Amino acid sequence: MTAVNAFTNGSPTPLPSGARAASGASEAAAAAPRSPGRKWTRWAAGLAVAAPLALAGCNAYPGYGASSGATKQGHDTFKLFSGMMTTGIIIGSLVALLIIWTVLRYRRRSDDMPRQFHENIPIEILYTAVPIVIVAVLFLFTVLTENNVDATVPINATVTSTGTPVVDIRVTAFQWGWRFDYPGLNVGIAGETTNGPNDHGPQMVLPAGETVQVTLMSDDVIHGFYVRDFNFSRYALPGVTNFFDLNVLHTGTYNGQCTQICGLYHTEMLFSVRAVSPSAFAAWASGEVRAGHTLERSGNPSTNIPPVDTHLTPSIPSPPPSTTKGSP
Amino acid sequence: MRVDGLFLIFIGVFFGIIAVVYWFFSYEDAGFLMLIGSALLGLLPGSYYLWWAHNMKPQVDDDPDASIAEGAGTVDAFPGSSIWPFILGMGAMFAVLTFVFGLWLAPIAAALIVSAAIGVTVESRRGGAV
Amino acid sequence: MTTTIERPELIEPEDPGGPDLHGPAAQHGDGDHGHHEGPSGLLNWLTSTDHKMIGKSYMITSLVIFFIAGVMALVIRAQLTSPTASIVSFQNYNVLFTMHGSLMLYLFAGPFAFGGLANYIVPLQVGAPDMAFPRLNALSYWLYLGGSVTMLSSFFVAGGAASYGWVAYAPLSNAINSPGAGADLWLMSLGLTGFSAIFTAVNLVATIFYLRAPGMTMFRVPIFSWNMLVTGILILIAFPVLFGAVVLLFCDRHFGTHIYSVQGGGVPVLWQHLFWFFGHPEVYILALPYFGMVTDILPVFSRKPLFGYKGMVFATMSIAALSTGVWAHHMFTTGVVLLPFFSLLSYLIAVPTGIKFFNWIGTMWGGQLSFQTPMLFSMGFLFAFLMGGVTGVLLASPPVDFMTHDTYFVVAHFHQVLIGTTVFAGFAGFYFWYPKMFGRMMNERLGKLHFWSLFIGFWVTFIPQYQLGLAGMPRRVADYLPTNGWTTMNVVSTVGAFIIGASFLFFFVNLWVSWRSPVAAGDNPWDGGALEWFTSSPPPHHNFTHLPPIRSERPTWDYNHPEHHKEHRQGAPPQPDTEKVGASS
Repeated sequence: MTAVNAFTNGSPTPLPSGARAASGASEAAAAAPRSPGRKWTRWAAGLAVAAPLALAGCNAYPGYGASSGATKQGHDTFKLFSGMMTTGIIIGSLVALLIIWTVLRYRRRSDDMPRQFHENIPIEILYTAVPIVIVAVLFLFTVLTENNVDATVPINATVTSTGTPVVDIRVTAFQWGWRFDYPGLNVGIAGETTNGPNDHGPQMVLPAGETVQVTLMSDDVIHGFYVRDFNFSRYALPGVTNFFDLNVLHTGTYNGQCTQICGLYHTEMLFSVRAVSPSAFAAWASGEVRAGHTLERSGNPSTNIPPVDTHLTPSIPSPPPSTTKGSP
Repeated sequence: MRVDGLFLIFIGVFFGIIAVVYWFFSYEDAGFLMLIGSALLGLLPGSYYLWWAHNMKPQVDDDPDASIAEGAGTVDAFPGSSIWPFILGMGAMFAVLTFVFGLWLAPIAAALIVSAAIGVTVESRRGGAV
Repeated sequence: MTTTIERPELIEPEDPGGPDLHGPAAQHGDGDHGHHEGPSGLLNWLTSTDHKMIGKSYMITSLVIFFIAGVMALVIRAQLTSPTASIVSFQNYNVLFTMHGSLMLYLFAGPFAFGGLANYIVPLQVGAPDMAFPRLNALSYWLYLGGSVTMLSSFFVAGGAASYGWVAYAPLSNAINSPGAGADLWLMSLGLTGFSAIFTAVNLVATIFYLRAPGMTMFRVPIFSWNMLVTGILILIAFPVLFGAVVLLFCDRHFGTHIYSVQGGGVPVLWQHLFWFFGHPEVYILALPYFGMVTDILPVFSRKPLFGYKGMVFATMSIAALSTGVWAHHMFTTGVVLLPFFSLLSYLIAVPTGIKFFNWIGTMWGGQLSFQTPMLFSMGFLFAFLMGGVTGVLLASPPVDFMTHDTYFVVAHFHQVLIGTTVFAGFAGFYFWYPKMFGRMMNERLGKLHFWSLFIGFWVTFIPQYQLGLAGMPRRVADYLPTNGWTTMNVVSTVGAFIIGASFLFFFVNLWVSWRSPVAAGDNPWDGGALEWFTSSPPPHHNFTHLPPIRSERPTWDYNHPEHHKEHRQGAPPQPDTEKVGASS
C-alpha cells in the first residue's frame, strides 16, 4: 500500500470524467475530488493481503499444493517455500491490482493531452529501496534454511553428536536404475526400472526418526535424485560425490524419480523410499542379507569413496552398465 | 563518446569486482576466468573510447544542442547490394557440415569461402558496389 | 571496406554512384543506378545489404521456426494428456522437447528480436542510414539461415535429431550416449548462429555508438535501442563462451579429448559452468529487447513520455550486469557451487526488474490509455512477466530450488517469462511496427481476438503446470503413472496449449487480410514519438530525407506537438520545421 499512496502524491490526482474542464487540465486535476475507484483499490488490496492469510487459516504455513515435507530438512524447506509464496502472492497481487487500477482509471476518455511528466525522484528511490529491503529479508531466511537443509553429520560418522546412530546409504544412479548400498549392514539393492508402467522401481528402506546420510553418485551420466515428499533433489554427478542427510519424520512410502534427462528411459527411472521404524529396519536388513541381497550381489559395491574435500575428484570409474534393454 | 566509454568502463569495473569476490568465495577456476574475460571486454574498449573522447573533436551526436544541418555531409559510403555475404555464409555452413559429414564437402566450402573473400575484396576496391 | 566514419571531415564516397546517404543523391534516387531499387525478387533477397530487408528476412525466418517449434509443443502436450498415451516413442519425445527448446531459444526468440525487429528499428530510432556494417549484417543473416537449416536438417539424418535437452549436459551429450550426426549438426548449428549473433551484436553496438543523428545524445536514444545496445554487449560476453564450450564438446565427441568426461580425468560440471555462463545472460538477451519494445509502446498509447528514463537505462544495465554473475543458480542442485553468492545475486536482479515494472506503471499513470492491439499485448506481457518474475524470486532461493528443480514448477516459470517476453511483447512489437515496415495496418478486431485467445490459453496452460510441479511431476518425462494424480491438470494444460495454438489462426488471417485488402498506414499511425515515425512507411532507401531537431527521446512527438514542449525536460524548444538531411552540402 505504501507504494500506491506515495505514488499518487507525485502525479495528478485522478480526474472524474464529469469534471474534465475544457482547458487547464492539470489545474483541474489538482482540485478534483478523489475518485471512487480509490476505495475499491483499497478494498481489493486488502483482499490480496488477506486472502493468502485466510487460506492459511489455523495453519501458519499454507501449502499451495506443495508437500509439507516428510523429513526434517524438507519441512524446513516447506516453511521457507510457504513464506516466500505468501510474500510473492501479496506483492504480486498488489502490483497486479495497481496495473489493473491504472488501466481502468486512465483509459482514454477524451482527446485531451495528459500532463507530460516523466520522473519523480523520491518515488523512484522509494521503489528501489523497498525491494532491496524485501530481498534482503528473503535472503536472510534463505540462508538460515539453507544451513539447516545442507547440514550433515560428519562424513562417515556412525553416531550423531547426541549418540543416535547414523545409517549410511550409498545411492548410485545409472542408466536406467538405482542401486542402494548399506555398507554398515552388508545390504545391497539394485533395480532397473523399465519393467512396465506400474513398477515403482527399486525401493530404498530407511529408519524413520534416525539420521540417514546419503552418499550420491552416478555411474554414467547426470541423474537427479528427487523425492517429492522430501522437498529435495540433488544431482547424481559422475565424478562428484554428494552427501546429504535425511531425517525422516514419519513412516510411510514415498515415490521418487530421476529428474535430470539421462537418456532414452529417463521417464521410467522411478524408485521409492520406505521409511520404517528402527526395529523394523533392523529386521528388514537381516532379512535382506538372508535373501542374498548383499553388497557383492548388488553389482558394483561403491564402497570406495573418494576423499571428501575434493568434490571434483573422479570416483572410481565403473565399466559401462549393462544397457541391454528390451523394447518397452 | 564519453558516455559510451563510461558505459564500457562500468561493465569492466563491475565484472572486476564480481570476479574478485567470486574467486575468494569459491576458488573455482572456470567462472573466475570467464568473469575476468568479461571485465577485460569492458575495460579495454572502454579505456580506448575514453582516450578518444579526450583527443577528438566533439561529436555532433553528443552535442545536446546540435542541429541536423551541423551533421551535414557524408557519414560514410555504404555498400550496395552484394552477393558475397550470401556466398560466404553458405561457405561457412558447408565448412561446418564438413565436420559432420566428412571431408568430401571441404572443396565446396573452400571454393565458396575463397571466392567470397576475393569477391568482397574486389568489390570494396571498386567502391562498395557490385 | 567502407567503414571509416568521420562525420566532420565530409568524406565523399569513392564510388560516385554509391549511396551517398546524406548527400543530395539520397533524396532522388533515380540518379544512380542499381542501389536504391536494386535487383528484384529472389536476387534482391540474396544480395540486399539494406538493414530493412535483412530485418524482414530475419523476422520471417524466425517466425517460421517459431511455428515449427510451436507444433512440436502441441505434440508434446498431446502426449502428456493421458498417463499412458503413446503418440510418440520415448526417443521421439526426447527429440521433440530438445528441438522445441533449441529452436525456440536459439533460433526464434533471440534472432526475432536482435536480428529482426532491432535490425529494422534501431537504425531508424537513432537516425542512421543503415547498420554500421551492412555486408556483415547480411552475412549474419546468412549464417543464421545456414544454422537454422543445419539444425532442421538433423531430423533427416540417421539416428534422428539431438535428444539430450536444449542444455546438452555432458556426459549425456558425448559420443557414447548420443551417437549420430544429429547431435553434431545441433552443435554446428549453435556455432553458426552463435557467430551470427556476435556479428549482429557488433553491428548494433557500432550503429548505436557511431551512427546517431546530430543531437541524439546517448541519453536521448529510445529505450528499445538502449536495450539493444546492452543486449549487444551481453551477446559479446556470452556467445563466445558458448562457442568455446561447443567446440570443446565436439572435440570430446570426435577427437578423443576428455574435457567433459570423468574417464579421462575431465570434469562434467565444467560444461554446466560454461553453458550457463552463456545460458543465463542468454535469458536476458532474450528478455531485454522485449522489455525495450514494451517500454517504447507504453508511452505511445499513454500519450505521455516514459516515466523514469534514466532509471530505466540503469535498470537495464544492472539487470545485464547481474545476469552474468548468476549462472550457477541453474546448478544449485549439483552440490558443487557456491550457494549464497549466486542466491544473493539472483535475488538482486529482482530490484532493477521491479524498477522497470514501476516505471511502466508510472508511464501509464495519469495518461490517456488506448487499448489498440500493441497495447493489449503489452498488458499481457506485464501480467505474464509479473507472475514469471515472482516465481523467479522463489527459485533464487536454493532450498526452494532443491524442492522444485527440474519439475514442472520450473517449466511453468520459464515459459511464463519467455512467452511473456517473446510472444506477448514480441507480438506487441510486431503489431506496433508492422505499419512502419509494410505501410499498411493490421486489422484491429482480429488483433484483439488474437490477443484474448492467446491470453486465456496462456494462463490455462501454465497455471496447472505450477501445481503439477509442486505435485512432483518432473520435466522431460514422456509419461507418468495413473496413480500419480497428475492427469487432470495435464489435460487442462493441454487444452490451454491448443487454445494458444488456435489463437495464431487469427494472426494468420490478419496477415492475409492485410495483404489482400491493405489499409494504408501513413507515416505515424499511432502518434509515436521516436524517430522511426518521422520517416515514411516503409522508409525510403537509407531511411531519412529529413530529420526533426532532436531535443529529447521523442523528437517526432516534439515536432508534432510543439505546444507541449515547455513541459519537456531538456534543451531549447525545437524549431517548428524540419531540417533537410545534408542541407548544407
